[in-house]
Amino acid sequence: MTAATPVHQHTDQHYLAMDLLRFTTAGSVDDGKSTLIGRLLYDSKAIFEDQLEAIERATEQRGEDHLNLSLLTDGLRAEREQGITIDVAYRYFATPRRKFIVADTPGHIQYTRNMVTGASTANLAIILIDARKGVIEQTCRHSFIASLLRIPHVVVCVNKMDLVEFSEARFNEIVAAYSEFASRLEIPDIKFIPISALHGDNVVDRSPRTPWYQGSPLLYTLETVYIGSDVNHIDARFPVQTVIRPNNDEHHDFRGFAGRVAGGVFKPGDEIVSQPSGLTSRIKSIHGPAGDLEEAFAPMSVVMTLEDEIDVSRGDTITKANNPPNVTQDIEAMICWFSDKKLVPNGKYIIRHTTREAKSVIKGVRYKVNINTLHKLEGDTEIGMNDIGRIQLRTAVPLIADAYQRNRNTGSFILIDEFTNATVAAGMIL
Amino acid sequence: MSSYNLTHLAQLEHEAIFIMREVAAQFERPALLFSGGKDSIVMVRLAQKAFAPAKIPFPLVHIDTGHNFEETITFRDWLAKDTGSRLVVRYVADSIKAGRAQEEKGPNPSRNGLQTITLLDTIEEFRYDACLGGARRDEEKARAKERFFSHRDEFGQWDPKNQRPELWNLFNGRKNPGEHFRVFPLSNWTEMDVWQYIAREKLDIPSIYFTHQREVVNRNGVLLSKSPYITLLEGEKYETRTVRYRTVGDSTCTGAVESDAADLAAIIQEVASARQTERGTRADDKRSETAMEDRKKAGYF
Ligand SMILES: Nc1nc2c(ncn2[C@@H]2O[C@H](COP(=O)(O)OP(=O)(O)O)[C@@H](O)[C@H]2O)c(=O)[nH]1
Ligand SMILES: [Mg+2]
Repeated sequence: MTAATPVHQHTDQHYLAMDLLRFTTAGSVDDGKSTLIGRLLYDSKAIFEDQLEAIERATEQRGEDHLNLSLLTDGLRAEREQGITIDVAYRYFATPRRKFIVADTPGHIQYTRNMVTGASTANLAIILIDARKGVIEQTCRHSFIASLLRIPHVVVCVNKMDLVEFSEARFNEIVAAYSEFASRLEIPDIKFIPISALHGDNVVDRSPRTPWYQGSPLLYTLETVYIGSDVNHIDARFPVQTVIRPNNDEHHDFRGFAGRVAGGVFKPGDEIVSQPSGLTSRIKSIHGPAGDLEEAFAPMSVVMTLEDEIDVSRGDTITKANNPPNVTQDIEAMICWFSDKKLVPNGKYIIRHTTREAKSVIKGVRYKVNINTLHKLEGDTEIGMNDIGRIQLRTAVPLIADAYQRNRNTGSFILIDEFTNATVAAGMIL
Repeated sequence: MSSYNLTHLAQLEHEAIFIMREVAAQFERPALLFSGGKDSIVMVRLAQKAFAPAKIPFPLVHIDTGHNFEETITFRDWLAKDTGSRLVVRYVADSIKAGRAQEEKGPNPSRNGLQTITLLDTIEEFRYDACLGGARRDEEKARAKERFFSHRDEFGQWDPKNQRPELWNLFNGRKNPGEHFRVFPLSNWTEMDVWQYIAREKLDIPSIYFTHQREVVNRNGVLLSKSPYITLLEGEKYETRTVRYRTVGDSTCTGAVESDAADLAAIIQEVASARQTERGTRADDKRSETAMEDRKKAGYF
């Protein structure tokens, strides 16, 4: 195997300047997800000897002849016994340029639910296609979920190129078929790479077996994809988590609002509007983990103090006068259902949105989506496990919200079953 | 490049602080499980930052096996005082005396598993509804499946096959009476991130993390420190080696590594070129393929 720059060549300066890319992998069973992740981990030296030995032992015990890298991610007893992945596992590796968090989402039955979970925090999705099979129904489903969850970057890896003699024509055929399908979706950035996860072609180094491919290998693509504009820095949103009031003499009058900036930029001196009350004030100071700040932006966790003593508490959102959010009790949203108990029409659920929790009622199901064909099934309003559909929701108190397409932080919510406390749905506001 | 970029360490810090504040907001009686090891030292610093200028709004809770390294205990007491935190200590020995737990037999009886009993009793005694822990997903394969907000039933048990999905930054901490949560703000941190953070924040850590001379016995490849709790087997003998600890657990099950790393920069170099995971030095994990999962299901940290 070829090796990326070994981690021990990091200087502290490098390490402290690295940024972070969260990505998720999608592909149907046996397309090579585990092999690919195993290779990225191995080549970036994120697999340790004792882990490797443990996998070697386990592989041997199972009577398999090649090193089963999926045993790295499939950690639970039941997973190992049944040879399946139960739910999302997170993996970490770093190169001198970036640190990576990989959400490895398994195939099989609960696929949609798991992919939605992994996709919710991802900047990028790798979609694997088996070069022999080309674009199949599963590919369409994964791409639809990536688009629905608004993952800004998609890298389509055409895998197992070794089994189609590294054919440029086959690669181009798949690129054309995928592009045709993807034109119906909203994915801002799509790249295509011909790879062999098993042999390492175009994973870390450019492959001599694909001289016709002019693009970058996968790892370089992951290291350099521009993620600076993935976050909304326009609409100022600060959902308040908790109020900090030290009861000591030194900070007697201190009253700070703690939270994580969900969008836009805040500076001391800015005029603010607290929602839903509409009360206004001005920012006195902003405190971050490393001291006082001149400005705060997403996803920073800060404490703000205001010039005036206005009533602000958990669940309220501090905004600015321009680009106001929607303050509304009526929501139209796409949801993905997670529970084996079907959605109850007119049912009541707890909604959790930003830092606010409220009662809500399902007013109606507009349609269900056939996620393989993208057809809207207008007559079909029965929403069960792994289904995606569009609903109308009425909440007991106003939400301070934006369209998900404008801001993933203020446009997303979950629904909770008030009897079991289970998280039963993920929602994206339209 | 836009100026609105954060380094990965800053992103992890903001994320962990967000999680800690969610705990303070969503739960009535949270506690921070404190072992005296590097991860819990980082947790304490993050908690200070999350609630400054107020004090950390929850107690530090230590489950003391009685087999801890002395340096860790001294350090624990100092840190609680330094941060003005309330320290709650409960002893495995008391659980054994009360007949609630039974000492293991054998040449190095471990109280590691017994900690679970004392921990669950402590949670019940104080009615803690959320316990913050410093576990990371990169530590061990069962931990890789953990949620940030990990639900525990009324018996303190973890059900890994039936976990609540976690999406975006939305954490569902709802529960029935008697149930509780374990919360892991460092989920996305790696061992390297922890060391870099300790260096960046100039945090004090117990002296056993740095190189020193120590009498150890090599048992199944694990260098165990000389202690009253270990009985030498036939053919075994203590020898003095130059070592340090990569992780700090019980002296009966945590192995030392040979090292002459005398400062943080040297430790970071060592971690960067390490070819073994930190838990590779833990005899408790080597007991079986799924040792960690089994202990976690029962309510372990
Ligand atoms: N020939 C060839 N086989 C591959 C390649 N990538 C993966 N495989 C094989 O395909 C099978 C399934 O791979 P795996 O990584 O488990 O797929 P997953 O189900 O998507 O995780 C294994 O036998 C791999 O060795 C490749 O690039 N070329
Ligand atoms: Mg797999």
